[in-house]
Amino acid sequence: MRERLTSLGRSHEARLAVIVLAIAAFFAVEAPGFPTLANLMDLLEGRAVLAILAAGLLVVLIAGGIDISCAAVAAVSQYLVALCLIRWTGNWALALLLAAGFGAALGAVNALLIHALKAPPVIVTIATMTFYFSMLIFLTKGVSLYDLPDWFTVKVSILGVPLPVAMAAAVLGATAFLLRRVSLGRQIFGLGGNPEAARRMGCNVAGLQVFIYGFSGAMAGLAGLVQAYRVEEVAPSALIGRELDVLAAVVLGGASLTGGRGTVGGTVLGIVLLAMLHNGLTLMGVSSYLFGSVTGLLILLSLAATSVSQGRPQKGGRHAG
Amino acid sequence: MQARDPGARRDPAASLLVGLIVVAVIAFGGLSPTRFFAPGTWRAMAFQLPELGILTLAMMIPLVSGGLNLAIIATANLCGLVMAAVLTRLIGVASPPGAVAGAIALALSAGLGAALLVGLLNGFMVSVLRVHPILVTLGTMILVNGISIAATHGGVIGGFPPAILLLGNGTVLGVPVSLLLFGLCAAGVGLLLARTPFGVGVRMVGSNERATRFSGVNTTRVLIGVYLSSSTLCWVAALVMIARFNSARAGYAESYLLITILAAVLGGVDPFGGFGRVRGVVLALCLLQVISTGFNLIGVNPRLSEAIWGATMVAALVIARIRVRWAGRLSSPDQASTLASPGGP
Amino acid sequence: MVRPLVEMLAIRRRFGGVRALSGVNLTVLPGEVHCLAGENGCGKSTLIKILSGVLAPDSGRIVLNGAEHARLTPAASQAAGVQIIYQDLSLFPNLTVEENIAFRRHVGRAGRLVRVGAMRSEAQAAMARLGVSLRLGALVRDLPIASRQLVAICRTLAADARLVVMDEPTASLTHQEADALLATIRGLRAHGIATVFVSHRLDDMMRVGDRVTVLRDGANAGTFAMGDLDRGRLGELISGRRLADAVKQPLSGSAPPALEVRSLSRGGEYEGINLAVRPGEILGLIGRLGSGRTELALTLFGMNRPEAGEILVRGRSVALDSNRAAIREGIGYVPEDRLSLGLVMPQSIAENTLVTVLGRLCGRLGLIDPQRRAETVARWMERLQVKTATAERPVMELSGGNQQRVVLAKWLATEPRVLILDSPTAGIDVGARAGLYRTMDELAALGLAILLISDEVEEVRHQAHRILVMLGGRIAGEYSPSGITDEQLREVIRA
Repeated sequence: MRERLTSLGRSHEARLAVIVLAIAAFFAVEAPGFPTLANLMDLLEGRAVLAILAAGLLVVLIAGGIDISCAAVAAVSQYLVALCLIRWTGNWALALLLAAGFGAALGAVNALLIHALKAPPVIVTIATMTFYFSMLIFLTKGVSLYDLPDWFTVKVSILGVPLPVAMAAAVLGATAFLLRRVSLGRQIFGLGGNPEAARRMGCNVAGLQVFIYGFSGAMAGLAGLVQAYRVEEVAPSALIGRELDVLAAVVLGGASLTGGRGTVGGTVLGIVLLAMLHNGLTLMGVSSYLFGSVTGLLILLSLAATSVSQGRPQKGGRHAG
Repeated sequence: MQARDPGARRDPAASLLVGLIVVAVIAFGGLSPTRFFAPGTWRAMAFQLPELGILTLAMMIPLVSGGLNLAIIATANLCGLVMAAVLTRLIGVASPPGAVAGAIALALSAGLGAALLVGLLNGFMVSVLRVHPILVTLGTMILVNGISIAATHGGVIGGFPPAILLLGNGTVLGVPVSLLLFGLCAAGVGLLLARTPFGVGVRMVGSNERATRFSGVNTTRVLIGVYLSSSTLCWVAALVMIARFNSARAGYAESYLLITILAAVLGGVDPFGGFGRVRGVVLALCLLQVISTGFNLIGVNPRLSEAIWGATMVAALVIARIRVRWAGRLSSPDQASTLASPGGP
Repeated sequence: MVRPLVEMLAIRRRFGGVRALSGVNLTVLPGEVHCLAGENGCGKSTLIKILSGVLAPDSGRIVLNGAEHARLTPAASQAAGVQIIYQDLSLFPNLTVEENIAFRRHVGRAGRLVRVGAMRSEAQAAMARLGVSLRLGALVRDLPIASRQLVAICRTLAADARLVVMDEPTASLTHQEADALLATIRGLRAHGIATVFVSHRLDDMMRVGDRVTVLRDGANAGTFAMGDLDRGRLGELISGRRLADAVKQPLSGSAPPALEVRSLSRGGEYEGINLAVRPGEILGLIGRLGSGRTELALTLFGMNRPEAGEILVRGRSVALDSNRAAIREGIGYVPEDRLSLGLVMPQSIAENTLVTVLGRLCGRLGLIDPQRRAETVARWMERLQVKTATAERPVMELSGGNQQRVVLAKWLATEPRVLILDSPTAGIDVGARAGLYRTMDELAALGLAILLISDEVEEVRHQAHRILVMLGGRIAGEYSPSGITDEQLREVIRA
């Protein structure tokens, strides 16, 4: 246990936590209205959709892949679920099931393509993203759906926490549980750490891929649902470009593109960091036009820092194997 | 022993692409003959191709080196804005020709400078810090877009002197100037990749960076060169874009990103790196341009054609896979253990 | 008469035009330590892959627990208790020790919660059976390689192995670590678990084996009880050469050294190294992995920096701050790992040959002159007798021996004065080896100074003019090939 703590202490997550605390402290002083509960809850609620998307993307990154199509999957599944809910009556259980189901199916397509074509996931998912978004806007002509059923749009709080935040917390918690405590999750780590060993040890690699991208798709579906709930409409183009925000947050949180690394805690910190920055800067009156540059700079610095600290100090290959 | 061109191993038969172009021309010509074969249509194609083409070349070089440059559009837009800003600040309605020329020169240098800075940042982080190119160029894309938006608040900068506009809309003997520029770039990149030590380095690094380093190639320099040349091409593309639109904006051409990758892969660039020839990429671009224009003419919704590009990307990967399967032959036991299938999901 | 655990009978397998196995037999009895011996390229790996079910034989039968099969699958093989420990160990670096050990039952089965307590006790039980103790919560990537090997063995125990195949297990170990491993293997025997010890190292096999099957060039060269053999005989069987004492005499004359090293040290890797190689001389440097020999080679090639001492090329002190500087000084390096460091496999033979001398092929404008390129490629293909129809095919299509010739061509094109060869015949069949040795002699005769680094005693003793032994980072002794026998040299290395 002790070494778990010490190695954690030196880890990316620990450093990130320190930075988050430092920035929070800074804004608490300099940004008017920042440290109020209302503001913080607002902040979290605004990032709930992103957090749910991030949970799915994290799993994919840990396995060594990448999914650029997550926002597109969210948009398409959001629309499909809304159509179903408007056409037929339903309840939240049905909505969740449909959202996860549509999302998982769309995500599984990625897995099948990547496996069958043996092509780089980045290119395959960029292709599916383009296809999904463009087909969606083509077929819907860009028109939003407005008449969502009342039982869906009524604003609910669970234990004082707005529904989106509660859902995000549940999803992140479930993902953390999956990654730590479920054998499938450990296999996913293993697959990211040494794909060849996974094959040799008899892991069903194709099946794992379908699960991973299906999971990411399901999370995207849920995220789309929450988005519809929050803004009370389904706009086909609302989520365009969000995949980059998600990737940025997850990468800031310490996940690596080569696989085998990443934690839910780090991802949460990444999201919180970006959210706090934008919120604090806005409250300080800083123009929102600057946010892009700040985010980009932060990502590059984080990548540089991670790379430097992970820089292999190989003295003869024996210990690094 | 014949001296065949290096890098040709995974070339799709150029004849296949030419054949597809012919098929497409016949198909669209058949669907809408009067409009498709009108001289205006071919003119339009000749004017539209260069900016996509140069951007595709900017994507091609990093792809061949085993990476990817997600920031090409952002870089191009930044260069465009920088040049536009200089031009509009320094040139008034009544500026004498000498001042105009000077301002243009300054604008071009400023644009190139911006491009080189971005390229250096990318190259440094990929080669020295050893960060994955996708993540690096994602970060620079967000940063560069952010800078563009911060500087312009999303607005447009426009109004350039005729000399610039000539670049975008002028012709020489009936051939658009921009198309000639593209041809020059294509020839340059082709020579660079196929006939220079740098090009050999790029391809070798794309297949195996460590082994290439062990052979005495300065891979740091190669990778920095890759991203510098990529962003330089973005600058040239920016020039063509601002000349054509007579304006610059932070968000132009965003949908081009996928198409540049599509054109490259269709044109025979191995998505994992190491192989690719300009000839194939140029033919793929022509094919895509014919299809795009054809879609336009028969009234296909632009969104639908975007979706089709996505599907075409998948088709291109299928073709690439079939080609690899066909070309691969096992002839030694070593291979049974070294044939690396792309690891991971 | 004990029923064998595994019988592989008349196994044949080709890869394209190359016959990897031509009618090989292997029989393993329960609980025995059975060595599978042979030089690199003799077919050991292919046979093991067939046993593990990853490859299918072209013909032959496999009898596993009395049941006959034409071919195995990984599942069938593992179900019968056959566990393979590959040379790269195939562990998950980012999972903990206990997760790796208990993988099969606890992590590898999808759709269940990880029962931490059960997983822990299973891992502890496996470690206890082996008599080792490792930190269960440690990540495998943080462990030294000897510990990782133990994790791999524990994993086979936890998977109820009845037969453990170890592929070159001592290759990356120091002498002490190898001792510990061999003791561990004897421990397995006490538990009734059979071990197939695949190796080309005589000492290790003789110390631990009950029986040995020797393969040479894809065919059986006999199966023997280890007690009936001595090192000499075993060495002969493996290499197929009569131990003709055809060794070289040290070089006469007093030409100044092409490469000289004085008091070279690099903390934790090697210390106080002095050596000199004269033009035309082949200096053998023999030492196990962990002796610092690879690190020394890398330093001489400019890929890492020494902390003290100096390197002199033709009498002039040089500072090699990169391998490009080393190449400029006329030093070339053929790395041990040909497949991932020596060549860029997917690229063509021509590109691989020319990559070191691209600058010399350029005409005006910095463009490569196709004529010069074609001539240079043709010249080197011929000089080194690389057998290929065209040089534009990917180099990975060549046989191992021809691939190594391309590597040599690449370095010779730089007109080096010094050539460092690191295990140059690894993975190359006997016939091709002889050719490479001849080429090495020709190069030396042309005045090249060659530093031959290897861990194969026969190879070094019969090829080198002088021999240096490296142990624990230091030069432990210098020998003349005629003044020491193979066995004595082996003793020195073990010491």
